[in-house]
Amino acid sequence: MKQRAAADLSGLPTFGHGPRSPTWWGTLGFMALEGTGFALAAGAYLYLAQSWPDWPLSAPRPNHWPGTIVTILFIVSLVPNHILHRYAKQCSMVPVRIGLMVMSLLGIAPLVVRWFEFPALNIYWDTNAYGSMLWVLLGLHTTHLITDVGDTIVLTVLMFTRHGYSGRRFGDVGDNVFYWDFVVLTWIPIYLLIYWVPRLG
Amino acid sequence: MSSADLTSQRDLPPERKVSAKGDIAPEHDGPRDTGMDDAGLHRWLERTWRTPSGIVGALSSVDHKVIARRYLITAFVFLGLGGLNAVVMRIQLSGPQRGLIGPDLYNQLFTMHGVTMMFLFAVPIVQATGIYLVPLMVGTRNIAFPRLNAFSYWVYVSGGAFAWVSFALNMAPDVGWFAYVPLSGPEFAPGKRADVWAQMITYTEVSSLAVAVATIVTVFKQRAPGMSLDKIPLYVWAMLVTSFVVVFAMPAVMITSTFLILDRLVGTHIFNPAEGGDALLFQHLFWFFGHPEVYIIFLPATGMVSSIIPVFARRPTFGHLGLVLSLIAVGFLSFGLWVHHMFATGLPKLGASFFTASSMMIAIPNGVQIFCWLATLWDGRPVIRTPLLFVFGFFFIFVIGGLTGVMLASVPLDLQVHDTYFVVAHFHYVLIGGSVFPLLGAAYFWFPKVTGRMMSERLGRWHFWLAFIGFNAAFFPMHLVGLWGMPRRVYTYPAELGWGNINLFISAGALLFFLSFVLFTFNLVHGALKGTSAGNNPWDAGTLEWATSSPPPSYNFARIPIVTHIEPLWAEREALPVATGLRVDARELLISTVAEAHPDIREKSAAPSIWPLLAALAVGGTFLYSIFTPWAIVWGAAPIAITLIGWFWPKGDPEDEE
Repeated sequence: MKQRAAADLSGLPTFGHGPRSPTWWGTLGFMALEGTGFALAAGAYLYLAQSWPDWPLSAPRPNHWPGTIVTILFIVSLVPNHILHRYAKQCSMVPVRIGLMVMSLLGIAPLVVRWFEFPALNIYWDTNAYGSMLWVLLGLHTTHLITDVGDTIVLTVLMFTRHGYSGRRFGDVGDNVFYWDFVVLTWIPIYLLIYWVPRLG
Repeated sequence: MSSADLTSQRDLPPERKVSAKGDIAPEHDGPRDTGMDDAGLHRWLERTWRTPSGIVGALSSVDHKVIARRYLITAFVFLGLGGLNAVVMRIQLSGPQRGLIGPDLYNQLFTMHGVTMMFLFAVPIVQATGIYLVPLMVGTRNIAFPRLNAFSYWVYVSGGAFAWVSFALNMAPDVGWFAYVPLSGPEFAPGKRADVWAQMITYTEVSSLAVAVATIVTVFKQRAPGMSLDKIPLYVWAMLVTSFVVVFAMPAVMITSTFLILDRLVGTHIFNPAEGGDALLFQHLFWFFGHPEVYIIFLPATGMVSSIIPVFARRPTFGHLGLVLSLIAVGFLSFGLWVHHMFATGLPKLGASFFTASSMMIAIPNGVQIFCWLATLWDGRPVIRTPLLFVFGFFFIFVIGGLTGVMLASVPLDLQVHDTYFVVAHFHYVLIGGSVFPLLGAAYFWFPKVTGRMMSERLGRWHFWLAFIGFNAAFFPMHLVGLWGMPRRVYTYPAELGWGNINLFISAGALLFFLSFVLFTFNLVHGALKGTSAGNNPWDAGTLEWATSSPPPSYNFARIPIVTHIEPLWAEREALPVATGLRVDARELLISTVAEAHPDIREKSAAPSIWPLLAALAVGGTFLYSIFTPWAIVWGAAPIAITLIGWFWPKGDPEDEE
């Protein structure tokens, strides 16, 4: 088929931040499907909770303090996370490196406290279905936490190499900020389900 | 919009920004396609975009067409295997009390038949068709996230191999394709068979979720300039809606299979009513996926029908907007139907009535689609070729399946025929009529694009009639034998019930249907080797995949086409407007805006890499090991992390930088 040139693309930039970039949409897609997984697991918990009048099946209440500390750490981490986002959009290397190091530490800190959350549930996964659901919910979120912390650390290392001086890498930092928001946001309902819903009954 | 609009101030920055602000290394500019002659352009692009040679090169391929071909062939092999399952079952059932196979093997056979057809054939083949066609139809050079796409294929193959090797080892799942608890739970399914079901699900769902995300982003961000939402081809719309349904439905089955394997492996009690769990929860979670699954298979088929009909009716589709809205409506409504699979579980009456109503409601947008297609044919000058024959077969069979669907949506009738062959007949009419017939039509329609050669029209007609007669002979009598009370999933029946003759007839029909696929396979192979040369656009079709050569070059389009009409090739018969200015020494493609498809970014597409295969091996090995010990997840984490880092770490190609 014959062709005629009708538009010139040569002036276009080679990267874009946020919704201009395909990676942002891909991240959003994965958030949607993982969020569906979280919602269904939470739904399963509530389904069982309303099926049994004696929920939480006469188990001792969980100790909420490790979970509450994790929640506070998460909320605090949102501030440097969004400062990092601003520098990533400006593509300025030094503050981005500092921000990523801070975010790596702020990812490792809740992971350490998370270790103490499992015993604080005061029940094992194989005691009864209530215990199973607590471990499933906490485990599901921990998987996401570990993945994102790992990703942040690798990206931090990457930004200290010569590969860092690229618009796409700064875009990756922006997407990492975006995903951390998701990890924090999904924790809130799970925190309430695990520690506060059993106290209602 | 005329193509002249695209060069206006609003769409394109008139001058290149020489240096972006911030700490960014200066862009290494390379040669552009502007003003380059066709032969030179082809040499450059071929060198940049080709799949590397050698075995490692082939295993590293990220070309969407190469991956899609592998998917299509693999899914076709699984179709053959699942079909052989069915043939063996039909021989066993061809007469009363035949002793060919016993109940244990029979349980494995019908489970493997269902699992193979649903998870290893139907979903992968419709997604694979999309992997091949969507980037071509939207006028781009590769799918979004090409390495993720390659990864999805390797995970899919390892899941399929895992299931079938288990079958060869007499370890295949034997609990039905939906593996209800308590039958599949730790108490009633000792051994590894139910674990194989659970983990095979995980493999295939990881794979289709990855493809769904890649498809959505391709459609949103990689459309050719000018392809605003109202100019997206219906097939692409269908794949977009399907991908959204996958994103929101498939996590449900992964949650289900994960809960099941936790109950079986580490002693959780999620589905155990004795310890505060609930067996019905399994059914809710499974069918929250399972009903949308039907539409995951069906919606792409409607897209295929919408592509075939205008070409052979020789006019654009009637009611384009209505068809798009119907697709979206079906996508939404498909999530409101799951409970109609559970009418026999004693749910509250009000709930059952709600799901009856929504089950009947979904007939409305589906009806709108059928009438739009009929109107297109009515107003056009139909040219009857094999693809259109299969579309006619689809109308006939799918409408019958839809009618029995409306019948089954009413609770009293459903209770009466629950678990009988009436249900088997219904869902084979819906799935084979609604998906396989359009797929076969699509195979004849797009085969010339994929291979550059035509399939035989004469054999195609034979194939159609053999398939149509064989299918109806096999499945229509199942309605009757179901109404007579024959339950599904029985390995035999006593002679006194009088079901012998009709079952013999059904088996003969099934054999005929199987033979039609043998003929189809012959036509495929014969066409690929000896078929007449097709040229770029053998059917004189209007969408962009026909604007490039058959088979398309590794880079799809020498220059990115510009879209001015819903059928761009019919609107621009003299010369196709194209955009220039992309680099030819790096894998550059065009990113556009979501709604209007204005050109926005020249982005690099990922280069070939062996890491997706290695990552799939690490993930697959972890899944396999996990049916034996939960520690597999801990040991598997290290190789998975290493391969993912290898995958994402820049290697210094121009595609990695800038």
